[in-house]
Amino acid sequence: MVGSLKDLREIRDKYLPDLEARRRDDSKYPHLQVMVCAGTGCTSSESIPLKKDLERRLAEANLDHRVKVVKTGCFGFCKIGPIVVVHPGAVLYCNVSKNDIPELVEEHFVRGRVVERLIYREPGSGVKKRSIRDIHFFKSQMRVALRHCGLINPEDIREYIAAGGYFTLEDCLSRRKPEQIIEDIKKSGLRGRGGAGFPVGLKWEAARNAGGSEKYVVCNADEGDPGAFMDRSILEGDPHSVLEAMTIAGYAVGAGEGFIYVRAEYPVAVDRLEKAIRQAREYGLLGRDILGSGFEFDVDIRLGAGAFVCGEETALLRSAMGLRGEPRPRPPFPAQCGLWGKPTLINNVETFANIPEILSRGPGWYSSIGTEKSKGTKVFSLAGKIVNTGLIEVPMGTTLRRVIFDIGGGVPDGKKFKAVQTGGPSGGCIPEKHLDTPIDYESLRAIGSIMGSGGLIVMDEDDCMVDIAKFYLEFSQDESCGKCTPCRVGTKRMLEILERITAGRGEMQDLYELEELSREVMDASLCGLGQTAPNPVLSTIRYFRDEYEAHIIDKKCPAGVCRALLEYTVDEEKCVSCGLCARACVADAITGDKKGQPYFIDRQKCLKCGACQAKCPKGAIYAH
Amino acid sequence: MRKITGFDKDLDEKYSRLDEVISRYQSGRGQLIRILQEAQEIFGYLPEEVQAYIAGRTRIPVSEVNGVVTFYSLFSTRPRGRYGINVCLGTACYVQGAREIIDDFRRELALKDGDTSDDGLFTVKSTRCLGACGLAPVITVNGEVHGRISRKDVPRILRQYRKMDKAGEAAIGRQPERSEGDKRQIPAGP
Repeated sequence: MVGSLKDLREIRDKYLPDLEARRRDDSKYPHLQVMVCAGTGCTSSESIPLKKDLERRLAEANLDHRVKVVKTGCFGFCKIGPIVVVHPGAVLYCNVSKNDIPELVEEHFVRGRVVERLIYREPGSGVKKRSIRDIHFFKSQMRVALRHCGLINPEDIREYIAAGGYFTLEDCLSRRKPEQIIEDIKKSGLRGRGGAGFPVGLKWEAARNAGGSEKYVVCNADEGDPGAFMDRSILEGDPHSVLEAMTIAGYAVGAGEGFIYVRAEYPVAVDRLEKAIRQAREYGLLGRDILGSGFEFDVDIRLGAGAFVCGEETALLRSAMGLRGEPRPRPPFPAQCGLWGKPTLINNVETFANIPEILSRGPGWYSSIGTEKSKGTKVFSLAGKIVNTGLIEVPMGTTLRRVIFDIGGGVPDGKKFKAVQTGGPSGGCIPEKHLDTPIDYESLRAIGSIMGSGGLIVMDEDDCMVDIAKFYLEFSQDESCGKCTPCRVGTKRMLEILERITAGRGEMQDLYELEELSREVMDASLCGLGQTAPNPVLSTIRYFRDEYEAHIIDKKCPAGVCRALLEYTVDEEKCVSCGLCARACVADAITGDKKGQPYFIDRQKCLKCGACQAKCPKGAIYAH
Repeated sequence: MRKITGFDKDLDEKYSRLDEVISRYQSGRGQLIRILQEAQEIFGYLPEEVQAYIAGRTRIPVSEVNGVVTFYSLFSTRPRGRYGINVCLGTACYVQGAREIIDDFRRELALKDGDTSDDGLFTVKSTRCLGACGLAPVITVNGEVHGRISRKDVPRILRQYRKMDKAGEAAIGRQPERSEGDKRQIPAGP
């Protein structure tokens, strides 16, 4: 039970040496520490059994008293997972499998020698980098929201306290007035990280000024944009930072209860959150009379059930009350009328994760980072056709080119970059010529996309931009809740036009109609989903009009993606007449014999399913 | 709130588990979604009878319960296969060929209109982004994640689970397994 600053200090002092030994190489520290990544990416590649195996073997070698194995949050470098880091030295081992454990134990922990073959090599130069501190991917970042991910054990509240956690809460409760806290948040310039970028301080102020004694704080963890996993990693790697920030927010706006709305697709995050809430209650950091201040606050979890629209705040609030997640017009804003009609402050995970750090280091420090209108840092998830898939945090104002080519390592397999998609189904595709744009809320909007929650998906020459537009529209159309007509019917009509174009039945008039419909859907839809759904279509027409024209006029898909426009052909040079393709064909469109003559595809019969191409062991069947 | 009892111990037990869930959450506000999620864990899906039963016990109109069930994609009103295959169709997976993978699963299992194979073993669905984009393309089978898969892995994965099923190791992953008997015992929804 933690009842005062003294108790917090006691815990910190006891566990600080562990953390310090991880932060810098401390030769006096008696143990070796092995950090095993337990984020969703690494656990999917079996990092939990790996950890158990490591512990078992260490015990067998009588090393368990000397080597501490620690489960930690996402390092962000999912590409090279499962990741194991050994302190001192911060030696990073990549793609560690169970088979590597005996060697790791024997070499590193018994003999004290680094296992060279598991060491990271910089792509391109091939230079070996032993320490995580020397690796370009990590060196180029500035971690604020992700400050504890990979450093602490997210399932141990004592490590969070040792890292300075809950001290800001203590300071707020005993020494700061709610108005001062809100003033500091305003001065820091922090804007909502969920996508729209509304100034956080103003939201807090509105919730504070709303009348009534019953208020709520809600954390939006319904991270629905495909390809975005920032919030998930924070919840998995540092759940207490969100709980601490929500409690501070509760104190600042005058709320006594908080809810975290998490998508059910994130089981690991939900599990960590549940553990964190339980521990915080045990330690008296949630519940009644927190840290002897008399302030009462508690947090509960609400699970989503698979509806993208619930990321929209009014829809989320309805869903958190157990109803259909349909949005409603604003005003009234949630700050006036939210959960059960009471004033409700709603911010997203990453926004909350920044709060304790801002309040502890001061608004001046935070506002010195970033651009004029977008302060601080932003977490981005890098996915798609990019060498270093993973999670990064950089100051606002960093260029897209630096993020994708320098930190992200560029496009793999020597392919050519085509576009980067930001903002999920509400955002747009940005072409090469705009890569030098510094990332902030305004600049991305100016080039037809949005910041969104931070998903960056890179596309290369093999991706068809018409198909990508169709993919996003399919998503929005499917997730439209159906409440308002422009979104429900408008996105459907737009999708039909795109389906026509990709099936080779498009006309030039269709482009005009797509643009016309887009404007109407944007103007007339009730909530953010409909208002932004046309963005992927408009941005691809704007930057990749030639691809649309190729589909419409030449009836060709230049990237070779849209199946109806493809023709499958057997490369006679490569064909070894094995006959696997003919057997795979459900339409009996492939003929030939096994006597060495190349096989032949009858285009009249071909259904363009691609089964033959998948089966061919020699890669002799190509689509064009 | 029709409840079929007396002749089927298995079903009785499921309803008594549901009763526990309802009484656990009834005091809290707005817990209908949580109750439905746990009910689906118990029964495997949410047939009309279960929806009506929950409506009766929680005093929420059955129309509202049904409205919630049909709004969210994670609720199913039809029985599902013993192994739920979810193919992630998030953007990162999509650009790495997830569409072809789901098509291959459907073709291998000869699925036409429905999502469940004739032998009741597999249900194939697309899912929203799982956030494991670093492993794209990703699928989950009963919650177990398979990353960086290619079209060539599809038959292998199906073989693996068929073999496991024969060996009687059905108890993996997070989703509850459903015995063959359930299909007969719970009247299916419309």
